[in-house]
Amino acid sequence: MFRIVKKKVLNPSVKLLEIEAPFVARKAEPGQFIILRVSDEGERIPLTIADYDREKGTVTIIFQEVGKTTMLLGALEEGDYILDFVGPLGVPSHLEGIKRAAVVGGGLGTAIAYPQAKKLHSLGAEVDVITGFRNSSLILLEDELKKVSNRLFITTDDGSNGNKGFVTDVLKKLLEEGNKYDLVIAIGPLIMMKMVSQLTKQYGVKTIVSMNPVMIDGTGMCGGCRVTVGGKIKFACVDGPDFDGHEVDFDEAMRRQAMYRVQEKKSLEDHVCRLGGVFNA
Amino acid sequence: MPDMSLEKVKMPEQDPKVRSSNFNEVALGYTEEMALKESQRCLNCKTRPCVSGCPVNVQIPDFIRLIREGDFEGAYNKIKETNNLPAICGRVCPQESQCEKLCVRGKKGEPVGIGRLERFVADWYMANRETRAKAVEKNGKKVAVIGSGPAGLTCAGDLAKKGYDVTIFEAFHVPGGVLMYGIPEFRLPKALVQKEIDTVRSLGVKIMTNMVIGKVLTLEDLKNEGFEAVFIGSGAGLPKFMGIPGENLNGVYSANEFLTRINLMKAYKYPQTDTPVKVTGNVAVVGGGNVAMDAARCAKRLGAKNVYIVYRRSEDEMPARLEEIHHAREEGIVFRLLTNPIRIIGTDDGWVSGMECVEMELGEPDASGRRKPVKKPGSEHILEVGTVIIAIGQSPNPLIKSATPGLKTQEWGGIIAQDETGATNIEGVYAGGDAVTGAATVILAMGAGKKAAKAIDEYLRNKK
Repeated sequence: MFRIVKKKVLNPSVKLLEIEAPFVARKAEPGQFIILRVSDEGERIPLTIADYDREKGTVTIIFQEVGKTTMLLGALEEGDYILDFVGPLGVPSHLEGIKRAAVVGGGLGTAIAYPQAKKLHSLGAEVDVITGFRNSSLILLEDELKKVSNRLFITTDDGSNGNKGFVTDVLKKLLEEGNKYDLVIAIGPLIMMKMVSQLTKQYGVKTIVSMNPVMIDGTGMCGGCRVTVGGKIKFACVDGPDFDGHEVDFDEAMRRQAMYRVQEKKSLEDHVCRLGGVFNA
Repeated sequence: MPDMSLEKVKMPEQDPKVRSSNFNEVALGYTEEMALKESQRCLNCKTRPCVSGCPVNVQIPDFIRLIREGDFEGAYNKIKETNNLPAICGRVCPQESQCEKLCVRGKKGEPVGIGRLERFVADWYMANRETRAKAVEKNGKKVAVIGSGPAGLTCAGDLAKKGYDVTIFEAFHVPGGVLMYGIPEFRLPKALVQKEIDTVRSLGVKIMTNMVIGKVLTLEDLKNEGFEAVFIGSGAGLPKFMGIPGENLNGVYSANEFLTRINLMKAYKYPQTDTPVKVTGNVAVVGGGNVAMDAARCAKRLGAKNVYIVYRRSEDEMPARLEEIHHAREEGIVFRLLTNPIRIIGTDDGWVSGMECVEMELGEPDASGRRKPVKKPGSEHILEVGTVIIAIGQSPNPLIKSATPGLKTQEWGGIIAQDETGATNIEGVYAGGDAVTGAATVILAMGAGKKAAKAIDEYLRNKK
């Protein structure tokens, strides 16, 4: 059992939990993830490590309430326990030797991009951070990101923060202006990572994306998380989750993500029904 | 006088028509009368060939004699002297190729039902006695066991009995390894597996779940934490795919994923549980081993109308136990033998709609000694299925190897370990079970765990 030491609501559907998990905290690195389970009948879901504190022995996760498991997780309070919490899994991001980077986060992906930006910044790299949200009420980690970036650009789809557009618009402008990056890191919805990768390919800038497919064990055992990269089958849990964005077959990844959509919706509806709520799909 | 009937006392089973739609155990076990009657068939012969066929050396004629005398508790204790997991072995051991194969009674008629008797004794004990471990004087030496499958549990149990302070590190949220995620409920009830594991715990073995060794701790870390020896029993958890087009379509599963969802995550109870599994009306399972039979029988129970076993050789070459093949047939699984998939076909939005296969014929024997299947020209045909489960084998999981650069492995991933001791090339590090051999049986893994426990004991006693 793993105790929740801190809870923070970041926006209406995104929450942060800091969890006591000393073994995980000891080894965690940016780019890695954990798998958790909240109840005996529950599923195992992967979540990226958003932060860690080796001294306190805690690991921070940030998640959006999109399904039954994340809703159950979001309902837990400080002092409550998470049943199972295993990690750190996956290969850490290779960030050494990077002098100039653009870190691009879409929506919740911003939370996952934060530790990468932080690490790059601590290694002395010049870091531009570009994040995008649907509207200004959803903006995440603005203060934290300011501290670890040289420039921070925040866009909203509806322009409610005064900067209407997509992250790709900003990145394109920066590249057109002649900004040279050793590395672009893109983390967010598959469609956003695909668009960023298509853009950077034209400019020949190396691009790393973080894949988050359906997983069970997270140790290479089930193969459910397979992704085609450069024409070869890779397992996101052990070969990734970071992959070369120019090599990933995003269209296949998007199809595979839909595999359990019907069941996921049913689990959520049943759960909301039991809570006595009303579900609007 | 021994009972000289040529056949074993039959074990009651659930009717195939009923059981093919539930996950309850298929075989129901002997009653006391049946066990007493079957025990009379043992000649208690002097040569005891059965014992030499048992990888963990169970003193078979002795425990059967105790059953005959009505001393079921004594029979249980006799088995437990060398076997930490009798309720499991009595169910999933391939007795027909081990102890029962060598039974004198098998020369004329059926051998003694050793497996059925072992199961009876273990079940009787669980139902009638509390498990109490004898207090063992601790020697204060710490041993780490990686993996809580049959190899790890056996090694840990044996070492604890010798006084070692043993901790098992398990990657999943429950211990048991393949006994939990692989073998289905209807062949090996999970509550029973947990009860057997409790008997290992009662010896003083600690089990830490959610610990992926190679990630959360390395072998080096374990050494620094004071573990003087390590046993690696991490199993064969890396699924093989065929390398044919269409394997990433929605509806294609590795047998590992399919079975893990159903067994470990209990997807057969969905939506009471949260993990789903998708089974369509027509299902193809590729492969001919026990895992393929398990996957096919699970698919049937989840409502598939037609389940095909697609296997490229003939039934004679099938690695699955005869009993499993027989059970699968009884439940209506269709065998498409001498058939090999060449492509999985999908719909525009990425779901499986069929599998193209070719017919095969058997040619000359290959390296495995089995006749090599050769393609029949012009025999391409399409099997209309919406789910494909690939059960063509598993390799050892590479996580520990990748975190332990010095550890020597075979090219295909198996850890190199000495046959008799399980010693690897690193001092104090032992390995056994599927992590060494590639996918094999529960009992062979237990045998390897046992040998390693003995070797670890010798190593630590001789270490100054």
